Amino acid sequence: MASAPSKLYSDDVSLVVVLLDTNPFFWSSSSLSFSQFLTHVLAFLNAILTLNQLNQVVVIATGYNSCDYVYDSSSTGNQSVGNGRMPSLCATLLQNLEEFMNKDEQLGKQEPEGRIACSLLSGSLSMALCYIQRVFRSGLLHPQPRILCLQGSPDGPEQYVAIMNAIFSAQRSM
Amino acid sequence: MTNSERKRLNGEAEEEEEDEDDNLNGGLEAWERSYADDRSWEALQEDESGFLRPIDNSAFYHAQYRRRLRDRSLVATTARIQKGLIRYLYIVIDLSRAAAEMDFRPSRMAVVAKRVEAFVREFFDQNPLSQIGLVTVKDGVANCLTDLGGSPEAHIKVLMGKLGCSGDSSLQNALDLVQGLLSQIPSYGHREVLILYSALSTCDPGDIMETIQKCKESKIRCSVIGLSAEMFICKHLCQDTGGSYSVALDESHFKELIMEHAPPPPAIAEFAIANLIKMGFPQRAGEGSISICSCHKEVKVGVGYTCPRCKARVCELPTDCHICGLQLVSSPHLARSYHHLFPIAPFDEVTPLCLNDPRNRSRSTCFGCQQSLLSSGNKPGLCVACPKCKKHFCLECDIYIHESLHNCPGCESLRHSNPIVANEG
Repeated sequence: MASAPSKLYSDDVSLVVVLLDTNPFFWSSSSLSFSQFLTHVLAFLNAILTLNQLNQVVVIATGYNSCDYVYDSSSTGNQSVGNGRMPSLCATLLQNLEEFMNKDEQLGKQEPEGRIACSLLSGSLSMALCYIQRVFRSGLLHPQPRILCLQGSPDGPEQYVAIMNAIFSAQRSM
Repeated sequence: MTNSERKRLNGEAEEEEEDEDDNLNGGLEAWERSYADDRSWEALQEDESGFLRPIDNSAFYHAQYRRRLRDRSLVATTARIQKGLIRYLYIVIDLSRAAAEMDFRPSRMAVVAKRVEAFVREFFDQNPLSQIGLVTVKDGVANCLTDLGGSPEAHIKVLMGKLGCSGDSSLQNALDLVQGLLSQIPSYGHREVLILYSALSTCDPGDIMETIQKCKESKIRCSVIGLSAEMFICKHLCQDTGGSYSVALDESHFKELIMEHAPPPPAIAEFAIANLIKMGFPQRAGEGSISICSCHKEVKVGVGYTCPRCKARVCELPTDCHICGLQLVSSPHLARSYHHLFPIAPFDEVTPLCLNDPRNRSRSTCFGCQQSLLSSGNKPGLCVACPKCKKHFCLECDIYIHESLHNCPGCESLRHSNPIVANEG
């Protein structure tokens, strides 16, 4: 399943998959507020998309009860200009994120006993790796993929095996 | 042969000319037959406007993958099968004169060396706690090429060196040598031999049935991959010792067959006694610390690991400490073997009718890679679904998840309150 790095582009073209931790139990007790965090992340995503026209960004939200894709810069619906007040990147991402958080909350509201509960990093890592495999399949001219995990919640011991499997698979695809 | 020589001198090779010439002469070479019989140009099709339709390989690869899965699961159903993770495997390479045959390009021996190198890497990737040794059979005598070791580089270096072929092959000598070498390993390890046999005969000094009986008593699992034809003695050996026997049809088939031996086979419980194994988890030596390493007997600065029992320095893991004999591993090595113990269930194929259901609007994309599951014209294409979390995946994700990732993204994205072990029940 390995793919040789694509040197067909003369400049650095990258695909960045960002895994956002949206665990409400962590963010409620963090010194950095979630909105400040999101401001920084949106500025970072904009910077990546500005660096090169062919760069792609995918955002996957790591929730407490579920994980889902929140934004994909290469899907055609997201290329539009925006509603005038905010660029379309921010508008789509925030809207999808809000829908995701509502759905996540509906799935289960039990408080974790003791310390802060972990978010489902193994799920979003697995989804990111599947997406990257799809990018490898798209032919020789593909951007260089990488994953950025923005994780604040502590590690859950029940996810150890799954996260190690994801790490070994990523090592093999390099 | 003059036709082929002329063609090589001219440098041009039109496929039709080759076929006609050789058909006129009779007797095609094996590689020429692949053009004459396969006729891959006939698989191309044109669509309505006259453009070439791309050949759909994905369904073919998926069918191949499902067949592999079915073959493996004939032995092991979703029930837990005990597997031997600490394997001591000897690879016996036949370097008799039959290995110089050219029916595998450039020669059988070169193809075997290349594939064994890939196999060694894959083996250590899937079984980091195991060890491999190499044995060759030449002129009727079996020689140990490399000792049992846990590092792939030592074996690969020897394989890339010059390996001549001559003489006869001897199955009994090889088995005797391997049996002697494997008698020294600890009782918790699984003993295995993989014989890559090119010859059609064996020159033995004694009764090979006795040797096979001794191997059976020493609990060595012998498997053979033949390169020429099926031999009764190999089949008998494999059946008696519980191994697998297969004969390669061509190079790609050989590659498939040898890679099948990389994942751990189902273990017979009596072969290796399950008991507690002492292992050390060494710390990395501090930056700038200077000591003499016990494997190379040289002064090394910084890099290396310190044995927790005797404080000797070793350069790489996994290995056995050279001073006190403790098996030294690091936790990722153990973690690499977990997917053998906690396999994910194969995904079920989904009938395309379900996708048209309006309630399943969100099911029209693959959960893992977000690829649309509808083929051209909004018709539902082939997809699979996980039996536990019921999420839909495309065929390529199915192959990737089962062969490389070993996590179902759908199951991992659902919060389960029970730990993994209880969940699999």
